[in-house]
Amino acid sequence: MELHELTIHELLDRLRAGETTSAEITASVFGRIDAVEKEVHAYITLMRETALAEAARADERIRKGEIGALTGIPIALKDICCTKGVRTTCGSRILQNFIPPYNATVVEKLRAAGAVFPGKTNMDEFAMGSSTETSFFGVTRNPWDLDRIPGGSSGGSAAAVAADECIAALGSDTGGSIRQPAALCGVVGMKPTYGRVSRFGLVAFASSLDQIGPFTKDVEDCAIVMNVIAGYDPRESTSVPEEVPDYRRFLGKGIEGWRVGIPKEYFIAGIDPEVEAAVRRTIQVAEGAGAKCIEVSLPHTEYCLAVYYIVAPAEACSNLARYDGVKYGFRSEEGRDLMEMYKKTRAAGFGAEVKRRIMIGTYALSSGYYDAYYKKASQVRALIKRDFDEAFAKCDVILTPTTPTPAFRVGERTDDPMQMYLSDIFTISTNLAGIPGISVPCGFTAAGLPVGVQFLAGHFQEGRLIQFASAYEKHAQIEKRRPTL
Amino acid sequence: MQFEPVIGLEIHAQLLTDAKIFCGCSTKFGAPPNTHTCPVCLGMPGVLPVLNRKVVEFMIRMALATNCRLNRECNFARKNYFYPDLPKGYQISQYAAPPAEHGWVDVEINGGKKRIGITRIHMEEDAGKLMHDEHNPASYVDLNRTGVPLIEIVSDPDIRSAEEAAAYLRRLHETLVYLGICDGNMEEGSFRCDANVSLRPKGTEAFGTRAELKNMNSFRNVQRALEYEIKRQQYVLEGGGEVVQETRLWDDTAGVTHAMRGKEEAHDYRYFPDPDLVPVVIDDAWIAEIRSSLPELPLEKRERFVRDYQIPVYDAGVLTASRALADYYEEVVRLSGEPKIAANWVMGDVLRFLNEEKRDIRECPISPASLAGMIRLIQQGTISGKMAKEVSEAMYRSGKTPQAIIEEKGLVQITDEDALAKTIAEVIDKNPTQVSQYRGGREKVFGFFVGQVMKATQGKANPQLINDLLKKMLAG
Repeated sequence: MELHELTIHELLDRLRAGETTSAEITASVFGRIDAVEKEVHAYITLMRETALAEAARADERIRKGEIGALTGIPIALKDICCTKGVRTTCGSRILQNFIPPYNATVVEKLRAAGAVFPGKTNMDEFAMGSSTETSFFGVTRNPWDLDRIPGGSSGGSAAAVAADECIAALGSDTGGSIRQPAALCGVVGMKPTYGRVSRFGLVAFASSLDQIGPFTKDVEDCAIVMNVIAGYDPRESTSVPEEVPDYRRFLGKGIEGWRVGIPKEYFIAGIDPEVEAAVRRTIQVAEGAGAKCIEVSLPHTEYCLAVYYIVAPAEACSNLARYDGVKYGFRSEEGRDLMEMYKKTRAAGFGAEVKRRIMIGTYALSSGYYDAYYKKASQVRALIKRDFDEAFAKCDVILTPTTPTPAFRVGERTDDPMQMYLSDIFTISTNLAGIPGISVPCGFTAAGLPVGVQFLAGHFQEGRLIQFASAYEKHAQIEKRRPTL
Repeated sequence: MQFEPVIGLEIHAQLLTDAKIFCGCSTKFGAPPNTHTCPVCLGMPGVLPVLNRKVVEFMIRMALATNCRLNRECNFARKNYFYPDLPKGYQISQYAAPPAEHGWVDVEINGGKKRIGITRIHMEEDAGKLMHDEHNPASYVDLNRTGVPLIEIVSDPDIRSAEEAAAYLRRLHETLVYLGICDGNMEEGSFRCDANVSLRPKGTEAFGTRAELKNMNSFRNVQRALEYEIKRQQYVLEGGGEVVQETRLWDDTAGVTHAMRGKEEAHDYRYFPDPDLVPVVIDDAWIAEIRSSLPELPLEKRERFVRDYQIPVYDAGVLTASRALADYYEEVVRLSGEPKIAANWVMGDVLRFLNEEKRDIRECPISPASLAGMIRLIQQGTISGKMAKEVSEAMYRSGKTPQAIIEEKGLVQITDEDALAKTIAEVIDKNPTQVSQYRGGREKVFGFFVGQVMKATQGKANPQLINDLLKKMLAG
């Protein structure tokens, strides 16, 4: 096995045993990047030189016996996480040349834990999309089938992990942007509870929904990264001062007697039969592991997409107002006065999907429409949250498909926003309710495309998700395959 | 037809917190452009606001001082609009759920009191400042002011004249300054006022169409602008026209208001709750703690001065114009035990000296102890009132104590009866003609003798003593 193919825990074992060095690991990752990045295009910006320097420093610390939780491990960052001195584009022309003078809190935390940063990964522009096709910097390809999309918006991070172009990665999830690409790329992806991981330095899309989380090759690595990035941040008002358990504690434990809720509203017409079959098999695996599966109901599920496409664009149109050409980022030189400068800058700086959502959001907040749209959506959102509270009174975790279909072809849905939005149909409710969710691989279609299953739990129950996912991973014995690149 | 003006004022007061409302940057005025900034107040991508609790405390102080009802929970909202001085493209303000409502203040109008309602007080962040290059087609933006905390105080439409508006404005201004939460500097923009004005036929209830007045940066301008606008609307209505709902700017030089271009005010602010901030909870314990730390307010202080110090209402008004002046006066009273005389000296010489140099009482070179010392010297007869004038001036110029000045200038009043009797005897000896005139009944000549004695003692003799001795000795 090549070093870049290993997991964090495998590499940490080798580093501790002195069998390898971070320099070797990092060089291996960049060797892999050199070999496949042309085809996959997972990254917007590569940080080769600084990564090699970080690796050398990590090796020095390891020699001194100072090995931290992630010392020497190359972890890619979605290009939505601000990195001091390294451009952070958010997949947009408007931030094409933006170099933040600060690090996101998660970047600081990873750095403090000794991580090495190989680069910034591709994403849908401002995280608006489900395929990484709206990026200003080109499409990322699914490593399992280069004609297909990797999912989105964190498609670059998912593809980088799947293609072994990094050992793990961070993404952000506003309506499924971690879990959906994780499922489509056959990796593990977790969206933590809202307030669990700091949003400081995460370029905002929809502030009440955004959450940073890890992409990893297995559940154990997910626990390792979560241990580093979770926790209260005084720089974020919505951060929650809830104690962070050692998530590794939840690994390798049983799930006997657990009640697994299967929401009837999530097995709908239109779901791909192969996906449904794979997910139904996970139910058997869970029962085989001693869990008891019960039907639960989330009656407001049908409103999730509508609520999301009011709340998220409303917050987005306000969050994206700061990109006006005045202070930083792209500015059109064609405007002859202020108003024209604004218009031309934003017309040229934003892509079509971002503009669509800015318009939807502006409309939903407009005087005379606010009550009918934004206010009503907020009220329904409270009902969706209540659905989950009631369901979790009856079960320990909820099990659903992560996506209705496997990865679709590049260009297949770009002209049909509604079809595109439907790819997040099973993931959106989680963000609206603020609860944590994890997607783990549960098999392959006949065509060899990965399928993911999603587990959900109550607020701050990431440990429970890790325990369940870890047990599932052990019992399912999903065939280890690597994409052929 | 007789019209009645209906006026409501919106006041923005910058709060004197050390740090901005949502980040740790300094709020100090006058720094080089863009030096009091950080990624948060510059509105960079991904940064988040964290509320400065001191701002809430200051808002609560004002709410309590203006008899507002405090809501247990309030929210911040985003007010969305594009302008280069607003780096996020929205201002964090408060909208649907303000923290303080239903307050009032009493103002004195024509010797009577009038109660003016306060609709609401809320917190928000200030915007930056644009600077336009006079020689090039370029504009610059200074974001030092961005994120400086403001409270907005909205009055009920209870004001019926420009004079009442000015009185209300002064009351709020002195209250803010007394509370120590705003420096009240109108020129630097730390206290700003907008007005809504409409007219309605006297005796009717319904409001007329209102105009919003802006750009009035002094008490005088607020009054002038309102007077002008009332006349303008009256003229429009009497001519059978209609008042247009619009924003009008006061032009100080021309003394008129004119309409802002329509485009600039065609805003739909799309308010919605700011998802980056959590609701602010104001509990009873916090309110009680702040209430117990509130200073005495100007009106209470004024009434206490009149009652306890037996000074005229007018004097009490002058002496409570600022907390520092009132404190100064009270210290002089405490040290001298002479409230009326102290009032005369503070309002007389002290304020005159300070006004001549446009200095504040806090910079006064005469300490309350020195002024009280001087008052005691007058009362003891050590110096005369006339000498005291010289002493106070010297104290102001030099900052020295009255004792030191009296010694330096040899100003001590002659109160030694024997020495003075000797001088008087000499004056009587030298002026036999006047003596016989006086003794012959021409009492006016008495003044001549006083003058001669004063001259002989170089003005240092105690006038009362001169009078007494002269009368006795001239009587023979």
